[in-house]
Amino acid sequence: MVAIIDYGSGNIFSLCNAVKRAGFEHEVTSDTRVIQQADKVILPGVGEASEVMREIENRGIRETILNLKVPVLGICIGMQVLCSYSSEGDTKCLGVFPESVQRLRGEGVKIPHMGWNRVNYSGSALFEGIKNGEWFYFVHSFAPESGICTEAVTDYGVEFASVLANENFFGTQFHPEKSGRVGDRFLKNFLTINSK
Amino acid sequence: MVAKRVIPCLDVYEGNTVKGVNFLNLRVMGDPVEMGRAYSLQGADELVYLDISATNEGRGTFLSLVRRVAETLNIPFTVGGGISTPDDAARLLDSGADKISLNSAALRTPGLIDKVAGRYGSQFVVVAVDAKLSAERWSVMCNGGKVSTDRELFEWAKEAVSRGAGEILFTSMNNDGTKSGFAVEALDKLSRLLSVPVIASGGAGAKEHFRDLFLNTNADAALAASVFHEGTIPVPELKQYLDRCGVPVRIIES
Repeated sequence: MVAIIDYGSGNIFSLCNAVKRAGFEHEVTSDTRVIQQADKVILPGVGEASEVMREIENRGIRETILNLKVPVLGICIGMQVLCSYSSEGDTKCLGVFPESVQRLRGEGVKIPHMGWNRVNYSGSALFEGIKNGEWFYFVHSFAPESGICTEAVTDYGVEFASVLANENFFGTQFHPEKSGRVGDRFLKNFLTINSK
Repeated sequence: MVAKRVIPCLDVYEGNTVKGVNFLNLRVMGDPVEMGRAYSLQGADELVYLDISATNEGRGTFLSLVRRVAETLNIPFTVGGGISTPDDAARLLDSGADKISLNSAALRTPGLIDKVAGRYGSQFVVVAVDAKLSAERWSVMCNGGKVSTDRELFEWAKEAVSRGAGEILFTSMNNDGTKSGFAVEALDKLSRLLSVPVIASGGAGAKEHFRDLFLNTNADAALAASVFHEGTIPVPELKQYLDRCGVPVRIIES
């Protein structure tokens, strides 16, 4: 079962459907026991950093998330709160990835960064069967700066980290559930990683 | 580099994709969900579904259709038509729409943009603007381009963005239905003026029109209906052509 963490806001309909289409059962939850029993955990991509962190604290699931040993995927804001810090709302985050999240500041580019952009990876199991430089769908105004956990980057005026990985934790700045067949493949790659 | 987007638009009337001029001789083009799936497989970057139903029953049908689209589609889609309150927007969000497009209601009550963007974020709000050029002034129209307003395109688009619109979808009423190309001059000005993406609509009739749009303006996306529904310009062929012309587009392997 795939646990999709419930922060209490936003539209996770598409993500649930994408998981369903990939052939996996899912449960939208903020219940510690359910999260601990899941084979995979997804932190979905809706909300604002300080708000999402507050919800994680209020629901008492900070330690639950940090102690997970199964594969965990943070999408968009779900990845940003796994970073060390986000300048959105001056928010201290969970610190799974040492990267920090800053507002996009490419020159002459429109914010939010909305649409399809290329993802260049330097090797990750999640990209199996996906060619380098493939297009994924993005919607965001903040992004992690590249650091030691960065596995893929994207250029939007400036380069930012579009995929992060640290042991069993993964994060994507793009939305695999909205990225066509390539996104479906990416999600499937995550959902079929063997748990340690 | 972000790709230039190609967006088929589906007009939905009582549950079917239709094509017609001013609601006369509406012709059924097919099932909106199946058509959406086919466009996604062909490499469309996004879809727009416009509800042109006239009855409450039709609106209910549309809501359940949005749910089916969200279950099926793996690319983003925008829904529009008849959204006049934050509750209308909320219902569509809950049914799985990625974005909503506001038009006449935003002209009547501009604060609606602030309310919806404030609650769900700018990325959720597209403001659609239908405008007509006469005597060197782009006048904004409402009610599907039938009623004129005292608004002017550039001023209204700027206000919409300052109120929280995340994208502007501009339809030139002069070009719409002519198949003679997009309103390149106005789109160039608009796309340079605004800090958010601009979607061009109205006038697509040939591949060259898309090329001219993307090479001569800063527009981010092009929307069209009949050239795609009738098969005059297949999406994969258009993408290959734009790629050869040096327009950054997302090509998918079939």
